Amino acid sequence: MTAAVITPSRRKGSGFWRAFARNKGAVLGLVFLLLVVLMAIFADVLFPTSPWDMTAAPFEPPFSEDALLGSDTLGRDIAAGIAHGARVSLLIGLTSTAVAVLIGVCLGAVSGFYGGWVDDAVMRFTELFQTIPNFVLAVVLVAIFTPSLTSIVLAIAIVSWPPLARLARGEFMSLRSREFVQAAVTTGQSNLTIIWRQILPNSLSPIIVSASLMVATAILLESSLSFLGLGDPNLMSWGYMVGAARTVIRQAWWMSFFPGIAILLTVLALNLVGEGLNDALNPKLARKGRA
Amino acid sequence: MSNRLRYIRQSLTAAALAAALATPALLSAPTVAVAQERGGTMNIIVQPEPPILVLGLNQQGPTQTVAGKIYQGLLTYDFNLKPQPELAESWEVSPDGKVYTFKLVKNAKWHDGKPFTAADVVFSTSKMLMETHPRARAVFAKAEKIEALDDYTVRFTLKEPFGPFLQSFEVSSAPMMPKHIYDGSDYKANPANATPIGTGPFKFKEWVKGSYIHLVRNDDYWKAGKPYLDDIYFRVIPDAASRAVAVEQGTVQQTQFNDIETFDVPRLKSLPNVEMTTKGYEFFAPLSWIEINTRNKPLDDKRFRQAMMHAIDRKFIRDKIWFGLGRPATGPVNSVTRFYEPGVKKYDFDPKKAEALLEEAGYKKGSDGTRAKVKLLVMPYGETWTRLGEYVKQAMKRVGVDVTLETTDSAGWVNRVSNWDYDMTFNFVYQYGDPALGVSRTYVSDNIRKGVMFSNTMGYTNPEVDRLFAQAAQTNKDEERQQLYSAAQKILVEDVPVAWLLEMEFPTFVDKRFKNAITTAIGVNESYDSVYMVKK
Repeated sequence: MTAAVITPSRRKGSGFWRAFARNKGAVLGLVFLLLVVLMAIFADVLFPTSPWDMTAAPFEPPFSEDALLGSDTLGRDIAAGIAHGARVSLLIGLTSTAVAVLIGVCLGAVSGFYGGWVDDAVMRFTELFQTIPNFVLAVVLVAIFTPSLTSIVLAIAIVSWPPLARLARGEFMSLRSREFVQAAVTTGQSNLTIIWRQILPNSLSPIIVSASLMVATAILLESSLSFLGLGDPNLMSWGYMVGAARTVIRQAWWMSFFPGIAILLTVLALNLVGEGLNDALNPKLARKGRA
Repeated sequence: MSNRLRYIRQSLTAAALAAALATPALLSAPTVAVAQERGGTMNIIVQPEPPILVLGLNQQGPTQTVAGKIYQGLLTYDFNLKPQPELAESWEVSPDGKVYTFKLVKNAKWHDGKPFTAADVVFSTSKMLMETHPRARAVFAKAEKIEALDDYTVRFTLKEPFGPFLQSFEVSSAPMMPKHIYDGSDYKANPANATPIGTGPFKFKEWVKGSYIHLVRNDDYWKAGKPYLDDIYFRVIPDAASRAVAVEQGTVQQTQFNDIETFDVPRLKSLPNVEMTTKGYEFFAPLSWIEINTRNKPLDDKRFRQAMMHAIDRKFIRDKIWFGLGRPATGPVNSVTRFYEPGVKKYDFDPKKAEALLEEAGYKKGSDGTRAKVKLLVMPYGETWTRLGEYVKQAMKRVGVDVTLETTDSAGWVNRVSNWDYDMTFNFVYQYGDPALGVSRTYVSDNIRKGVMFSNTMGYTNPEVDRLFAQAAQTNKDEERQQLYSAAQKILVEDVPVAWLLEMEFPTFVDKRFKNAITTAIGVNESYDSVYMVKK
């Protein structure tokens, strides 16, 4: 209702798409990302056997008969690993970001909406997390709770939420004093309704933009953890593949090259999409930046 | 500074030599007898850095390698584990196997000039090592009396015959310690620990922590004309990739044990300036296996464990995961250890047989093709063991057993395995030349001790095996021992208390200019008094 009235153009699908499509890189990124998603969905069709299965002779170079992108130390197909690894990377990237958004937005909303000592308390708590280096904290958390899918997702979420909390807080603080919010207060709506129905929908765009970039960071974090041997030992992931290939890099370059390229391109695509979203959702900002 | 210059100069010479040796014809040429001349410096990698060099107080691997040049034992062992003279020039065993008399060399001196005598041997074996050396304590506790008959004769009288007694006198099992320095003192707090004093061919000179340990020639060494080398530097290089590069560039002339990662071995093996050998580890003879907690279902079923032996291709493990190092194990005793029995049941790689055994044991395939689920705790000792875990998971899946991998750090691993909180894990154990010293401890039921690592953590019990091992240790008649150990090995191989994988081999890389480095079963822990450098 009130929310929709303020910036009507944003709600129009066509306007959003036009703005998004103006950024060629973003479209390219989106296409590539769709391909990765399709690959993850159809991994079982493309490579019906488990990526851990030793299907070829060990150390087959790329373009050999039974392994398109070569095989690793134990004769596992690199291409199968990349397809199945896409699942793990996307799954961890998306779920950990979702958890981070949940924590960050809740805390940021409470802090920005109520202000005062609540704000102080929440922000000091946030700073506590921001002062510890992200990656180190993630390593410690995963090491303590033994590496598994859940512990990795939680560890990444726990180190990634503070920027989101600060962002949400800023948005809430500025919107808190707007007229439509005051109108809602006068009409007697409860705080929860105001936060949920009035302010949140209007502060979503910057959150969406940073969340999309955060997926990229989460994928990188997961890869780094697996690279160090802190991945779930039962899941094939890109970071694990690079980490396991590191020791034989002089014998078999393809073992680390292809998964590395997969990480690079996916993270790049996510960043391009994030930038495109930024352009489309914050038209003023974008135009200023481009002028 | 002069040290550094010399070091650089040597590196350059090494590089030049490497280039000169690159011709294959030179490589295959037989070694020409060269006069064993004095001089030369050897740089050896030591990894990790030892905590202390007093071998009587600390017996970790790196300590043994460095301190083996400073201290000596009464005996050493050839590649077939036959005793060879060191500080003892001869020895006699009484016919009942209870009295051992050693004649010592007469001209040996400690590095501070005091003579080495029988009093030092009595002090070391009956006092100091009993307190500081668990492995020596287990052996010398069997002695009723240890006495010096004169300055150069020592007599050990045992309570009852102990088969491997003569196998317990090499430098790391029973290092001779100076009585005049340690007697009556608090061994661990003795100020002399910072400057170790032994009888060996090399004397301690300097230790720059984190960088190198410098040993120099002992001019008063008791073997005339030896040693040949002027000095030995043990260089601390914590990073595995840097160690491999140091070998490639010729800045170090020797590496041993796990210094070089298995995946680097094929590459370094083909270098022109170094030679690789896997000899010199016969005394340690490590054997690796999948440790199986026989208390847990379905691992308590012998047929399930036998199926594992058939499901796992040990040749593949040796060739693809250990890059050709090692031999597929046939049973609990390494084939280079004494009393090895080759005539045991053979488990070929045969997934069909494995499936038949699982069927027979009642593990039928479920709707998802899974017969049973087990967990495998991967040993946190590096990349190679992780690969092995992944291989075992796949190999077991092929016969319908779902293996979940678990990871942990080394403290967690020791804690969980020694407290029996695991289904399956990996392990490897040294055998020390004799089944009574390094084999029976993991299979006899009176060594099921919670909280103790490298004991019978599998919880395997078989009264017949207990009896055979006990009886074999209490006699010194070799034929009788062989019979008892053969019988024990046949039972164990039938029961599969652990799934044996490889008789592990370690690669030793030695610069081709240095000769006589690996001459005995203790290999790199030898005194190196006969190592010499061929000069160009």
